[in-house]
Amino acid sequence: MVAPIGRRGFVVGTAALSAGLWPLRPGHAAATMDFDEARHLLSRTTFGATPAEIRALESQDYVATVDRLLAGVRRDAVTSPPGWLHEGPAELQRQVQVARAEAAEAKGKVGVDGKPLQPERPLQEQSRELRNWWIEEMLATDQPLTERMVLFWHNHFTSSLMKVRFPPSLFRQNALFRREALGNFATLLKEVARDPAMLIYLDGMRSVARQPNENFARELLELFTLGEGHYSEADIKAAARAFTGWTVDRQTGHFKTRDNEHDGGEKTFLGQTGRFDGDAIIAILLNHPRTAETIVEKLWREFVSLKPDPAEVKKLAAGFRANYELKPLMRAILLSAQFRDPANRGALIKSPVELIVGTVHLLGLPVPEKTQLVRMMIGLGQMPFDPPNVKGWPGGESWISTYTLLLRQQFLRRIVEATTVASMEGAMMSSPRNRRIERREQLPMRSDEGTMQMAEPRPIEGRSLRYAGDEAKLGPTLAGVDSATLLRTLLPRAPIDTVDPSHTPGATVASALLDTAYQLK
Amino acid sequence: MGRILLLIELKGGNDGLNTVIPYADPKYREFRPGIGVARDHTIQLDEKVGLHNKLEPLMESWKAGDLAIVQGVGYPYPNRSHFRSIEIWDTASASNQTLSEGWIAQAFRGATPPKGVGVDSIVVDTNALPSTGPELRTIVMQDAENFLRQAHALRDTGGMKDGGNPALRHLLAVRQEINAAAKGLADKLRDAAAPKEAYPQEVLLGRQLDLATRIVTARVPVVAIKAALGGFDTHANQVQPHERLLGFLASNLATLRKNLIAANLWNDVVVMTYSEFGRRVRQNASAGTDHGTAAPLFVMGGGVKGGLHGAYPSLGDLTDGDLRHTVDFRSVFATMAQGCWGQQRDFGLRQPQRLSLL
Repeated sequence: MVAPIGRRGFVVGTAALSAGLWPLRPGHAAATMDFDEARHLLSRTTFGATPAEIRALESQDYVATVDRLLAGVRRDAVTSPPGWLHEGPAELQRQVQVARAEAAEAKGKVGVDGKPLQPERPLQEQSRELRNWWIEEMLATDQPLTERMVLFWHNHFTSSLMKVRFPPSLFRQNALFRREALGNFATLLKEVARDPAMLIYLDGMRSVARQPNENFARELLELFTLGEGHYSEADIKAAARAFTGWTVDRQTGHFKTRDNEHDGGEKTFLGQTGRFDGDAIIAILLNHPRTAETIVEKLWREFVSLKPDPAEVKKLAAGFRANYELKPLMRAILLSAQFRDPANRGALIKSPVELIVGTVHLLGLPVPEKTQLVRMMIGLGQMPFDPPNVKGWPGGESWISTYTLLLRQQFLRRIVEATTVASMEGAMMSSPRNRRIERREQLPMRSDEGTMQMAEPRPIEGRSLRYAGDEAKLGPTLAGVDSATLLRTLLPRAPIDTVDPSHTPGATVASALLDTAYQLK
Repeated sequence: MGRILLLIELKGGNDGLNTVIPYADPKYREFRPGIGVARDHTIQLDEKVGLHNKLEPLMESWKAGDLAIVQGVGYPYPNRSHFRSIEIWDTASASNQTLSEGWIAQAFRGATPPKGVGVDSIVVDTNALPSTGPELRTIVMQDAENFLRQAHALRDTGGMKDGGNPALRHLLAVRQEINAAAKGLADKLRDAAAPKEAYPQEVLLGRQLDLATRIVTARVPVVAIKAALGGFDTHANQVQPHERLLGFLASNLATLRKNLIAANLWNDVVVMTYSEFGRRVRQNASAGTDHGTAAPLFVMGGGVKGGLHGAYPSLGDLTDGDLRHTVDFRSVFATMAQGCWGQQRDFGLRQPQRLSLL
């Protein structure tokens, strides 16, 4: 995990980061990391780390490593964006109309294969490509912390395709979250208020002086900044009036203002009176101590433990409020005694996205087509770009129900039983074609879509990890690693079920993936 | 005495106007010149409304007086998003309120937890929201054998220490719940007899009701079972697909009734259908209907007072082209909570309407 430094000159020097406010290092923690602490740091700042990635940090200086992690954060994705990115809503609408007409024409007709013609559905197709693109980025990036933060912001400033129905705007919102992933929260909040996907999702685009829509204003106060109990209904009404006139251009899908729809009158908001516009409201919110506390609490729950320490939150929030820079805040969190406390290892539950992306990364599974991974995420309750409602995924303990725990086990069992990897080339060379097809049939969660069956044969080959003994070939990420290290890599704590220490590495990986502790990070 | 509520979700928004048809209202034909159900395809229930004739299999229940039809069920400020509206129904929330706990779970809030065999509510489709909440032990199980096999692989963790880690505590508790449910179910379901009459298998609902029947006849002491039939989002060329769905629904419900009567359990079960919304009154340009508001729902069971309940919304008094609901769905839920489980709940309504359904 060597961080490419200096991308776009965005790296702030370590000295600047630790300017006074933040503790350099907790008194009792060791300066250098052992294997388990390196694993902990990576499990919280990536989607899961391989033995080699952990070893690269072992016996490194902890503070220097955290600074390197933060310095490496990206502002742009490595994966090239889908082709339709610059099409406006009018163009998508046109394609939908054409597709509808074609579908009406194709009704009852069959294709050359004798099956009914499947009409194209441009919106659904773009949505699928958008989800796959992001999962691809999570797997391909050299800076997984960036994507963890993008996911964090996606769950904070929620918008959903189901309502927005315009994938390019969700892509741009995702790009905004990446640009400010660990940038500046004040900038991010101002940009989000102008973000077309957000303006569509929370009805801001329809909010006009003579009929202000309160949806965005309400969530801005309740979810994005202050939290319940720190404002009144009158504050929501005032804020709604201030944002009137901010809208989305229907041709281009970009932000625009309509001055004649803006309510320029006097408003009283959180005890202050003036002819406020949207930015003035945001400025007042940024001045309110609760805003920083809301963000710190949420980051704590995401990165440290399910129980934020109120005193520590207040202290961190006070520092954060000075300039809303996210890197110093994140640095302080990662250096906090609580983060480094061994009692907090394995104290968080992996989200479906972390579980699936992490497992694929750990096992080094080549998955050229991401649709099936997304489908598993949906099954487990986390559909990227479609949070369940404006509050986002509640996360934490709610990820695990009797239903989802069994589904998680089923997903992992299928990986263990059927899709154990060998190196990609090896498999392609050595196995007869029909065996590959047979393997493909056993892949997790078979697709029911016609298009999926046409997907290229998957370069996955192998035998059950559990029963193939020494013949089980682990992928390049795990091959050659002893059983004890594998266990310490895959699990944040001692296994819940007994794992036979004399197991072959393949069987150890199988036991670890199926152990309840694998759900923890 | 408790009754098991068997909920059947009609996914996609069932077209209430073509299910329970206001055949005598000339406006019905004006609004639906192309897709309106013809008079001779309508089974008259009274001088104003009739059933789509594909629902003929339900007539035995109607004549026996154990099929109730609640007309005009909806809620104020209706939301037309599938996703949001089903959430409103499932959590018994107001239109502008987001709740995370299902209404069946809410019904048991503060009540003595039902005695069970490790499971209180079984979902045989995939949407468990109505019974999601800390009050109920709910499992999702489309296939009993597969569930038991999966659960078996998660061995009992009895007495394992979580070392003060709340995330681990939760995981172990859920594991324990799965184990307890599996243990209770394995004994009961192993000896459960197959339903007397086989269910039609064209749709998944048949398989779901087969499992539901086994759960009931094996006397697994649950408070609710939930199933679903999908495909009701009929935006285009809806006549045939919608007819087909109504036919599936009716034949499956008729089989269910026969099976539970044969098992002498028809008095112990209340079946209720629901859907996220009805559809717009006026047909659209593609011979289908778009998302609307109020719709009727069916309630069946040995203890049910059959007949028409609530008032059919007027086709002459629309809001924005949509029906105005006459019965708030939360009144129906309140009636069910009382009638099935003896729980008095208002689900946030100031004055829930008392419906004489049970």
